[in-house]
Amino acid sequence: MTLTPSSLIVLSLVLPLVVFVLIGLFGKLANLRDGLTLILSSVLFYVVCCLADGVFAGGRPELSLGDMLPGFSIAFSIEPLGMVFALVASGLWIVTTVYAIGYMRSHREHHQTRFFACFAMAIFAALAAAFSANLFTLFVAYELMTISTYPLVTHHGTEKAKLGGRTYLGVLLFTSIAFFMMAIGWTWSVAHTLDFQLGGILREACQSGEIQNWQLMLLLALFAFGIGKAALMPFHRWLPAAMVAPTPVSALLHAVAVVKVGVFSVLKIAIYVFGIDLIRETSISDWLAYTAGFTILLASLVAMTKDNLKARLAYSTVSQLAYITLGAALATPASVMGSGMHIVMHAVGKITLFFCAGAIYVATHKTDISDMRGLGRAMPLTMGAFFIASISIIGLPPGGGAWSKWFLALGTVETSHYFLLAVLMISSLLNIAYLLPIPIRSFMKPKTGETLPFKEAPMMCVLPLCLTAIGTLVLFFVADALYLALLPITEVVK
Amino acid sequence: MIEHLPVLTIAVPLIAAPLCVFLLNRTLVYLFALAVCWATFGMSILLLDQVLESGPISYELGSWPAPYGIEYVVDYFSAFVMLFVSGIGAVVLTYAPQSLNDEINPSKHYMVYPMYLLCMTGLLGICITGDLFNVFVFLEISSLSSYALISLGRSRRAPLAAFQYLVMGTIGATFLLIGIGLLYQLTGTLNMADMAMQLADDHDSRTTLVAFAFMTVGLSIKMAVFPLHTWLPNAYTFAPSVVTGFIAATATKVSVYAFIRIVFGIFTPQFAFDEHALDTFLVVFSLIGIFVASVAAIYQGNLKRMLAYSSIAQVGYMLLGVSMHNLDGLTGGIVHMFNHAIIKGGLFLVVGCFALRLQSVRLEDLSGAAKTMPLTALAWVLGGLGLIGVPLTAGFISKWLLLTAALENGYYLVAALMLASSLLAVVYVWRVVEILYFSEPSEAAKSAREAPWSMLLPTYALILAILVFGVWTTYSAGLASEAASSLLGGTP
Repeated sequence: MTLTPSSLIVLSLVLPLVVFVLIGLFGKLANLRDGLTLILSSVLFYVVCCLADGVFAGGRPELSLGDMLPGFSIAFSIEPLGMVFALVASGLWIVTTVYAIGYMRSHREHHQTRFFACFAMAIFAALAAAFSANLFTLFVAYELMTISTYPLVTHHGTEKAKLGGRTYLGVLLFTSIAFFMMAIGWTWSVAHTLDFQLGGILREACQSGEIQNWQLMLLLALFAFGIGKAALMPFHRWLPAAMVAPTPVSALLHAVAVVKVGVFSVLKIAIYVFGIDLIRETSISDWLAYTAGFTILLASLVAMTKDNLKARLAYSTVSQLAYITLGAALATPASVMGSGMHIVMHAVGKITLFFCAGAIYVATHKTDISDMRGLGRAMPLTMGAFFIASISIIGLPPGGGAWSKWFLALGTVETSHYFLLAVLMISSLLNIAYLLPIPIRSFMKPKTGETLPFKEAPMMCVLPLCLTAIGTLVLFFVADALYLALLPITEVVK
Repeated sequence: MIEHLPVLTIAVPLIAAPLCVFLLNRTLVYLFALAVCWATFGMSILLLDQVLESGPISYELGSWPAPYGIEYVVDYFSAFVMLFVSGIGAVVLTYAPQSLNDEINPSKHYMVYPMYLLCMTGLLGICITGDLFNVFVFLEISSLSSYALISLGRSRRAPLAAFQYLVMGTIGATFLLIGIGLLYQLTGTLNMADMAMQLADDHDSRTTLVAFAFMTVGLSIKMAVFPLHTWLPNAYTFAPSVVTGFIAATATKVSVYAFIRIVFGIFTPQFAFDEHALDTFLVVFSLIGIFVASVAAIYQGNLKRMLAYSSIAQVGYMLLGVSMHNLDGLTGGIVHMFNHAIIKGGLFLVVGCFALRLQSVRLEDLSGAAKTMPLTALAWVLGGLGLIGVPLTAGFISKWLLLTAALENGYYLVAALMLASSLLAVVYVWRVVEILYFSEPSEAAKSAREAPWSMLLPTYALILAILVFGVWTTYSAGLASEAASSLLGGTP
């Protein structure tokens, strides 16, 4: 049986919704509910893989659901960057589902049905954003993501969850409505289209003088800050605040889906709305590159001060996201390639780290790094995975992150931003300083002298994190395929 | 029969209203009124269908030809507004009985239904008539009946609130009447289309200007434009929940309708906007109103009063759309009448559910109510998202149209302020969400039960409509766009 590409798009968007509905229907039957989620998420991944086959071979499947308003349609069209993002999101969904089942059950969390249902909705939003053919669709998916993840962030229903949720929703809605929506409207009024096109849609307006350079810069700023999910400082506060959520949420959503929708949008807008050559010619993004550089360093420094493991990982995420924004701001083929790759590399690496944090919490109820000395002897698999993933995040071979950072560094050299090159190098050192001590000290003898008994988290938790840790190593060796897949987005269109 | 549909849509509820008084049995009255409401809704659908099929309908009352007799005009705009006014009227009345039993002394029930039908008749009449004096008559019918309805509220302050509204509303209606009188004196006609033709070469006269000023101010009171909004918060707060639901969803919208008709149909935008800068005034007062009312909403401790202030702000968005006087803007303004009607109607019905089960709509009594009334609370969240204007809800459609209209005109500041103001809605909506979901349950909330299905179903009908019309806009933005382009048709 072969399906046409556009029906594959329909299928890949409908499947998460089906999961959403089924979870709602079978909420009371936990095993059936979770089994169905697992099966259907695997089917979804298969469907997305089928799509990827076509897209990486040069196909650009399209699907239009018609106009929502005259001139503004909900439409999907898949290009390599979105395809890669969809692969990451749907692939890691399976792993996270396994992990979440283990985590939530061993914790006897309440409201598991609502939890899994919102998860499915968030995946739907991620795929819709990944496949979006225009800014309008992207915006709708972006906002759906914010709303559907709010119940996940506030899952515990405590006062702390309420305040975290308030920051989360407040920052994300504020930036998206005040800046992002404004930017889209503005783009529409000068470009008269919102469709993503390689080479951008603003060149004509720019040449006819309808939009001046300083206005273009302002527009870029509205996009860059409006997409609060990219967590560019000073709009990064929501990310640490979201750490009140259960760990599987932090792992998939706040290391992969939500934040990656953010940076994916920034990158997509840089490539398909502005066009990277337009950005370079007009040098409207220098300030953005430096803001990103600033975020990289400052977030790394803040991460070093955090003793709570999830908080440290959250700030590390803020820093790593800024790498991707930096790549978009530098706007050279190499830097854009680096950003695209970093979406994947960081996703697999960071999800492993969060899985580990959750596994440690499940097994020992420890959240502070200072308490974890000697823990590696009790949880060698978890801590081993932590070590491997850290290597990748830092950007050392044989972790996949080495490649993306290499391309980003290349981008800074190409544009002669040597200061930013230094920032990248310093940041890698900082990464070493705040990540590696955790696994290393965990293998040392505990201060008290007693050795903890071997006690790993449940199988359902440990297996996924081992898989993703191996994934970071695999990515180092298959980076070539990723490079080729992403090559079309770096093309310069004259 | 079918050719008399325009007059039947008005005559049926008008005649049914007094008949209600004769039906002594409470259930019987209710069923009768309900049947009439749904029949009116059905007739509105048929009217719209006819307009879509064969263009605007002109109906001569008593077969007197147009400028001499009274003419009923059903075009895209009036059919669209009538559709949602009668639709919401029918849904709210379906919802009514349990809430009314709880809030109004049974001995007064016989008054509610006729007043309700009269109010709806008045509102529909304003939409359909092509005669300016008729607009005044129908405005008074709807206003007088709504004063009576508001005064039925449980609180002892209800009659006072009704009286406040009566004083302000009468001033507004009188101003309108003065304006109509001046125009009649000038043109010798009351037919709106005829009047527009006669006025076309008489724009410079002072009489025209004075008439225009009186009518604008008079309708501004009825629309509750800042700073003439003072009657609204009390009226909405102290009226019975059902009445608030109906009036909040329809009454101010129909006044906006009348205003648009008068500005675009009689005076022409050229006169109002280009020669007399009404647009500047509207933009300024709308924006001030949006900010002041939204901030006021944030500080209210009473759910109904909070929504009332939010209504004042929302009227600002509609007028903002009108003042853009381009197609997108007018479309946005008109479609926001519809979108806001279903959003605010739905939310007030949610409030009615809380009022029934908790016997209070004060925020502290709502604490933790999501635990015992999950469906009602969820309805609040969904309706609230619509009010904020999140994508995939109806509120987003209007906000998006207004945004593009403002940018098209180059009103960057207006666009920015409009978006900023919608963030205030996030604050007041989410404040309630947090209280519902995260606070310790209050005494009332602990012992509460979920609202009855007879109320939840109509509530969810409106709430789901918010979601449906957030995605499918053929009959909301599509019709509004038709209406707007025919209104702008006369101007270059």
